[in-house]
Amino acid sequence: MSITTILQHSLTGISLGGAYGLIAIGYTLVYGILRLINFAHGDIFMMAGYFMIFSLASFPWPIAIGITLLITVLMGIAIERVAYKPLRSSPRMSIMISAIGVSYLLQNLATYLFTAIPRGYPEIPLLKRIFRVGELSASLVTLLTPVLTIVLVALLMILVNKTKTGMAMRAASKDFETAKLMGININRVITVTFAIGSLLAGIGSILYFTDRMSVTPFSGTLPGLKCFVAAVFGGIGNIPGAVIGGFFIGIVETLLVALGYSTFSDAFTFVLLIVMLLVKPTGLFGEKTMEKV
Amino acid sequence: MSLLEIRDLKVCYGGIVALNGISFDVEEHEIVTLIGANGAGKSTTLRAIMGLIPIAGGTIMYRGEKLNGLDTQKIVGKGVVLVPEGRRVFPNLTTLENLRLGAYLQKDKAVIEANLERVYGLFPRLKERHWQHAGTLSGGEQQMLAVGRALMADPKLIMMDEPSLGLAPLVVKEIFSIIRKVNEAGVTVLLIEQNANVALKTANRGYVLETGTVSMTGPGRALLEDEQIRVAYLGKTR
Ligand SMILES: Nc1ncnc2c1ncn2[C@@H]1O[C@H](COP(=O)(O)OP(=O)(O)OP(=O)(O)O)[C@@H](O)[C@H]1O
Ligand SMILES: [Mg+2]
Repeated sequence: MSITTILQHSLTGISLGGAYGLIAIGYTLVYGILRLINFAHGDIFMMAGYFMIFSLASFPWPIAIGITLLITVLMGIAIERVAYKPLRSSPRMSIMISAIGVSYLLQNLATYLFTAIPRGYPEIPLLKRIFRVGELSASLVTLLTPVLTIVLVALLMILVNKTKTGMAMRAASKDFETAKLMGININRVITVTFAIGSLLAGIGSILYFTDRMSVTPFSGTLPGLKCFVAAVFGGIGNIPGAVIGGFFIGIVETLLVALGYSTFSDAFTFVLLIVMLLVKPTGLFGEKTMEKV
Repeated sequence: MSLLEIRDLKVCYGGIVALNGISFDVEEHEIVTLIGANGAGKSTTLRAIMGLIPIAGGTIMYRGEKLNGLDTQKIVGKGVVLVPEGRRVFPNLTTLENLRLGAYLQKDKAVIEANLERVYGLFPRLKERHWQHAGTLSGGEQQMLAVGRALMADPKLIMMDEPSLGLAPLVVKEIFSIIRKVNEAGVTVLLIEQNANVALKTANRGYVLETGTVSMTGPGRALLEDEQIRVAYLGKTR
């Protein structure tokens, strides 16, 4: 394989990884606050794909993006209110099962509403514009994705570490009850968490599907699982860790495909999960499990 | 009208009765202590007042307003704060961030800074350690932080659940002298203590809680002299 080909594939991998990273943040944020693996997160990402298809059919793309993100955020918040909030003081397993239920519900709802036939994902010409450097070529979306991911993560880190809301989120992630004693509205903190996670999944969805051409009701499953693994790999609860995990999985997966091992590219993710859980269960940057006191 | 009036307060955990209708009052500017053996229901009382656990009956009146049924953050907003049992500082936040969280509902930056100076005045140690993650503070420092954090809310009523637990005698003395100072500055104090001796010496009045009911009440000094209490809570022999 020539250097150019390797670079070309790496570029694709970095871009895929960026989208993975954005989705992985949603898993890590929700886990950080609720100790919940939000199995519905991949399906929120899938639904965002459909929202974009329909809104772009009637609106110019900047407005369509706005509408898609707004509906995705509202959906994420609604899911928490309806399916998770009533179970907040139940055993953790109940809320986990509820999340799995929501995941299937969304898949079936999408199948019912939109059928299982793949729907073409609309093209935003601007994002598809091709750039060439020497023999390398990439569409704008490929170049934009990793940059946007890093910018968004930086903004998120500022929010979490430098603002009052972020401070409340960090406090709530350790101890709900004491956070309440500070006057923090826990429901609001959780809503904000789901809103951010869904927003990033929505952005990730646009970037991901623009490169993929079509959406089915099951489009969220595998990317969702991979991003969950990315979050575990980076140390679940750790934001930069999730993004690094996303980049890592995206790059390795793309290179495996390029090398002709496409049959193993998905399996790789899960091998990674198992190895990680065996060798370093807390992930790359995970903190030692400090018990919730 | 008392600052805090508890009437016939009942709390159950599942089917287990933890508080079986207790009543007591806290007057403005007082220091009142609740003493009682392990499991008597002291922490339960404070947690019920803060709205952290649902109550099964009775009323909690604060300045003539009903507190029961309100969300915890609303109660904090009315000037009632709790220094919880076991300090419960946020270990992943710095000392300063912990203190700032104490003033979470305060919008006015100038007031927050003034409160911060006041708390630093009471606990110079916290100022020295303001950059340090609270999880790495010593036990005594964490307790100071827990009290300082509660004071950041500018409370009218501060409730403390065993502030002296696990602290060296010298630190206990320091904490109690701060409690008196805070009280002299106009803050009403409701104090729970295992250390009945210090608590009764500090308090204007005390209530003795026994398995979910108030069994005795009186001025702190009088309770301190009481034969039964001396035997049961002060470890004195007859
Ligand atoms: N979450 C809970 N679930 C079930 N029972 C509880 C719970 N919390 C407290 N209890 C029970 O309620 C009773 C009162 O507990 P509480 O914590 O109020 O006691 P306490 O007076 O503060 O004791 P200590 O001095 O040991 O802190 C105890 O019998 C305790 O076992
Ligand atoms: Mg207690």
